[in-house]
Formats: sequence, structure tokens, C-alpha cells
Amino acid sequence: MSTPATAETTATPAPGQPAVCLRAVDKSFRNGDQITPVLKQVDFTALAGEMLLLVGPSGCGKTTLLSVLCGTLHADAGRIEAFGHTLSALSPALVTRFRASHVGFIFQQFNLLPTLTAAENVAVPLRIQGVSAAKALPRARELLARVGIGDKAGERPNRLSGGQQQRVAIARALVHDPALIVCDEPTSALDSVTGHQVMDLLRGTASDGRRTVIVVTHDPRIYRYADRMAEMEDGRILRVLPSPAAIAAAHPHA
Amino acid sequence: MFDIALKMLFGDRAKYAMLVSGIAFATILMTQGFALFFGILSFSYATISNVRSPIWVFDPLVQQIADNQPLRDTDVDRVRSVEGVAWAAPLYIGGATAKLLGDGGSSQQVTLIGIDANTLAGAPTNLLSGNVLDLRMAESVIVDANFVFQVKALRGKELKLGDVFEMNDRRARIVGIASLSQGMGGATSIYTTWDRAKGYAPSQRKMLTHVLASPQAGRSLAEVCRAITEATGLKAVSEAEFKDMSELFMVKYSPIPFVVGLMVVIGFVIGVAISGQTFYAFILENTRYLGALKAMGTSNTTLAAMILLQALIVGLTGFGLGVGVMSAFFSSLPPGRVPLLLLWPVPVGVLCAVLFICMGAALLSVLRVSRIEPAIVFRS
Repeated sequence: MSTPATAETTATPAPGQPAVCLRAVDKSFRNGDQITPVLKQVDFTALAGEMLLLVGPSGCGKTTLLSVLCGTLHADAGRIEAFGHTLSALSPALVTRFRASHVGFIFQQFNLLPTLTAAENVAVPLRIQGVSAAKALPRARELLARVGIGDKAGERPNRLSGGQQQRVAIARALVHDPALIVCDEPTSALDSVTGHQVMDLLRGTASDGRRTVIVVTHDPRIYRYADRMAEMEDGRILRVLPSPAAIAAAHPHA
Repeated sequence: MFDIALKMLFGDRAKYAMLVSGIAFATILMTQGFALFFGILSFSYATISNVRSPIWVFDPLVQQIADNQPLRDTDVDRVRSVEGVAWAAPLYIGGATAKLLGDGGSSQQVTLIGIDANTLAGAPTNLLSGNVLDLRMAESVIVDANFVFQVKALRGKELKLGDVFEMNDRRARIVGIASLSQGMGGATSIYTTWDRAKGYAPSQRKMLTHVLASPQAGRSLAEVCRAITEATGLKAVSEAEFKDMSELFMVKYSPIPFVVGLMVVIGFVIGVAISGQTFYAFILENTRYLGALKAMGTSNTTLAAMILLQALIVGLTGFGLGVGVMSAFFSSLPPGRVPLLLLWPVPVGVLCAVLFICMGAALLSVLRVSRIEPAIVFRS
């Protein structure tokens, strides 16, 4: 993959082709004199149009890997390529622009701005890209309708249930039509039924083949939604389960 | 993104009210400190404000209005004869004792001002009752409303037009009550004519303390002052310069401005602590959301502009509220009696201080936000 001139342009790979590639990525955190390696020579590939789950015990480096591959955290070493961009070679400003145009985020704690309405929250990624409120808000309402809470567009997050807030977050992640959606524990704050509804929605976003969805999770209930699963342990990818059948075989009780 | 910044600010009304209250409180502290400082200073030139003359002429040794070095009576004519002088009039300023009649002889210390009976130059302009022309009648005086207030408060006697009291065993009849600025130590003023003042005041060989003058039309104050000084050897200054001299003397030689100045500094420090800390705490509380915006691709520049806008809005609103409260409070006070002076440099200075505090807190916040790892949003 080559690095294009601007961070906004996207080299969209065909479904099943590599979309995000990490090669020999290291990341450590320093706490005083103590240096803790979190990612150790990680090689990782996410394919276009797939839903990939990153699983593993707490502290194994899942969230750090997710942060590095979407450009919210700078790796100490290694090469990171995503949609035609060598993230590890871009300036911080270009990485910021890359995130604005290519990445949709779904957080464990939703991170909806409490003083904005649902529609205004959904419109934020478009506003970041410079789209006017007049153009962004109708698109945001359209997305809210798609995730089933069109009637909540004018509500503030504190008037919504956890499931509704996560739907707002999903709409926000989709509103600017990003090629990559990263989700950090999207169901951990939700009950079982709502968790499955949210995963159905996420699954749907990947199924058109244009989008890559990477989910960090501890929740075995959602393993069945994945196309592939990468298992991590102690800062390394332990194994990659290449298909739903392989996931089902490896985790029969999920 | 600026509308989002404003919604983040206004959306939580309780927090916004707390922020604005903090700034308003800081504004009130600083405004009252500065107003007190200027108010105390204005007491140092109260007589200059009361008499009002374009040019003041006095002995070169004089450094302030309360410092009276006697002049010769002929100095009035010498000043009058200088080219460019339209008119010149004698003035006496000195201490006197007003003795109330029928009150067991109780007395009040006053500042006695004797003005020229012909021109009435320097006569009070803000008469609450009576007529300034009545000063030409025998035994007549115009008293300060603060004098009336003090006599009533201290002696229980309400003075009115026609009432009589004594100064230096001579009768003084009230023909006017004027609203005048009060001097240091609560000193009040009594106006009479120059000739009569010589009788009311303790006798000295030379009684003239100042000469009031005015430039002819088309001549500048500075030019005429210079001409008077060159021709007479006396010092001639404009009203504004004489006020500055009196202020400067007080600043140099009185402990009061230092004490009040210290209060201003303490008010500023408390203002910084309250408003700066409140705004910084607001940003800290929003760190997660600012981190989320950053993760989603908002640049540091945009976030900085959003924070600076929020600080500007909070600063201006809090300042407006604080200065409005203080203006209403000051205007409810009796004029000239309380040493609080809301000159235009006070709100301008306080506005600068408030903006300095808010922008300082905002820049600290910007620094913090610029260092936030966007990955913070992945931590629960």
C-alpha cells in the first residue's frame, strides 16, 4: 500500500483484501522509571468488509492495539498501514485528519456530549469535517432513524437508556461513512437483549463489504457475530480464528 | 465547532451559572478595590473638584491642595495682567471651626473656601437649595450637604436655609446647600466670599492662598500657565495637573494608597484563584468529552479555539454581571460621601484583568487538552 498525498483520500480495498495492516508494532508505557511493554512485535491484518473481534484477558493489549491501529495512539516501532495510508509515517496533524475522515468510534462509555441532543451528537463527526449544522443535522436524523431511534433525535443523552445511547454512538460512528469502525467493549454496559440488538446493527454495517469493523470485547455472547477473531495474550496475537466456523469450534460455549 | 463549544458551555446551566458567578465575584472584588483606591485618591483633591477653575496659581513650594502657602494680595493683579489671561480671582482655602448656636457651643471642623464676590469664580455649581448669588448678602455662606448630614447625625440638628451658626465669633447665615465632594477625614466645605473668609478664618498677615484664572478664548491652558509662571514666578497649573499633583503627593507620602493598593492586589489574587480555578475545573470535567472530540479528529487548534471562545464568553458575561452589580450599588450610595469612584479606567482595567485571568486559565486548559492522548477515550 502506498501513502497518498492527503489524509482524506481513501484507497478502498476490495472486500476480503487487507484494509489495515500492522507489522512488527511495539508499544510500551512508561510509569516513572518503569517501562511496561504492552504490544510486542505485533503483526495484524484486518480485511475490508469484515467484522473482526479482538479478544483476550484484561491487560493483554487489546485496547492499545485498537488505539494504535486507528491512529489515536502512536506506536513506538513498526509499520501501520490503513486504507492506503502509512499511519506510522504521517504527521500528528495528518493522523488527526485521517481519523476524522476514515474512522468511526464506538466507546464503552459512549462518550456522548451530555449537553448536545442525540442528533447533534451524531452530527459531530460531520461538523469536525467542516459540514454546516444545516446539512449535518438532517443526515444525523436519518442515521438515528436507521438505528431505530429516530424519535429520540431531540433528546439529550441523560434522557436515553444505555442501549439507546449506544445506538446514538453507532449512528455517530456511521454518519460520515467511514471505512473503519473501531468499537471498544460496545456491549459491556448493556443487558443481553440490548447487546444483541447493538451487535446486529454493527454486523449490518460491515455486511455491505465496504466497511471494516474491529471490536474489542470480553463478551463471549457476541463471538458469533464475528467473521474472524484475533486472540491476544501478553501483548501478542496468539492466534487468528479465520472463520465463524473456526470461532464456533474454538469457543463452543459462546 | 464553535456552536458545539457554546452548547457545551451553556448546556449545563448549573455549571455555567457557577462559572459566571465566580467571574462576577472576582469582578466585584476587583472593581470595589480599584474604585476604593480611586475614591480615596479623589478625596485628596476634593476641594479642587468643588472649586473648579481652569487654572490654579499658587506658591511654587505647594505640592498639593491642602498645602497652603500664603500669597500677597497683589498677586491676583499680577496674574490678571499676564497676556492671555481672561480673568483672575482670589481664593482662600483654610481650616475653620463652625460653632453651632443653641447647642451648648458644639463645633465642627470645616474647610473654609473664600471666593471672589464680584466674579463668584469657583462657586459651587451643584446647589441643592438656595442661590449662589445670595453669597453677596451679608453674613452669607453656602454649606456642603455633607456638613448638614454630619450636623444632623452628630448633633441631632437639621440645618436649613436661613439658619445661623458662628465661625471665629462671627455670624454665618446659610443661603445655599450644595452637593460637594468630601475631603479626607470627612472634612466638609463651607463657601463664603473672599473678604468675609478673612474674618471667619484665624487671622494671618497674608490670607490669599490661591489665585484662580482662566485663559482667553483661543489660548491653550498650557501656554497661559507657562506665561503666568514666567511673568510672576508663581506656579500655574491646570485643574487636571493640580489634581494629579495632589494624588501623587498622597500616593508618595500617605500610607492609605498602599493599604488600599494591597486590598486591590489581594482582590486580584482572589479573583485569579476563584475564576481561574473554576474555569480550569470546568475544562478538567470536560476532559473526557474533549478527548472524544480529539479522537474523532478534532485538531488541537480547533479545540484551543473552542476553549478560548468559552473562556471569552464566561469572562465577558461574568464581568458584565459583576460590574453591573457594582454600578447599581455605587449609584445607590450618596454622592461624594463614600470613597468609591467608578472612573472609566476601573471597569476597563477590571475587564482586562478578567480577560487575562480567563485567557490564562484557558491557555493552561489548552495546554492540558493538547497533551491529552486521544486514546484516553478507550479507558473506562
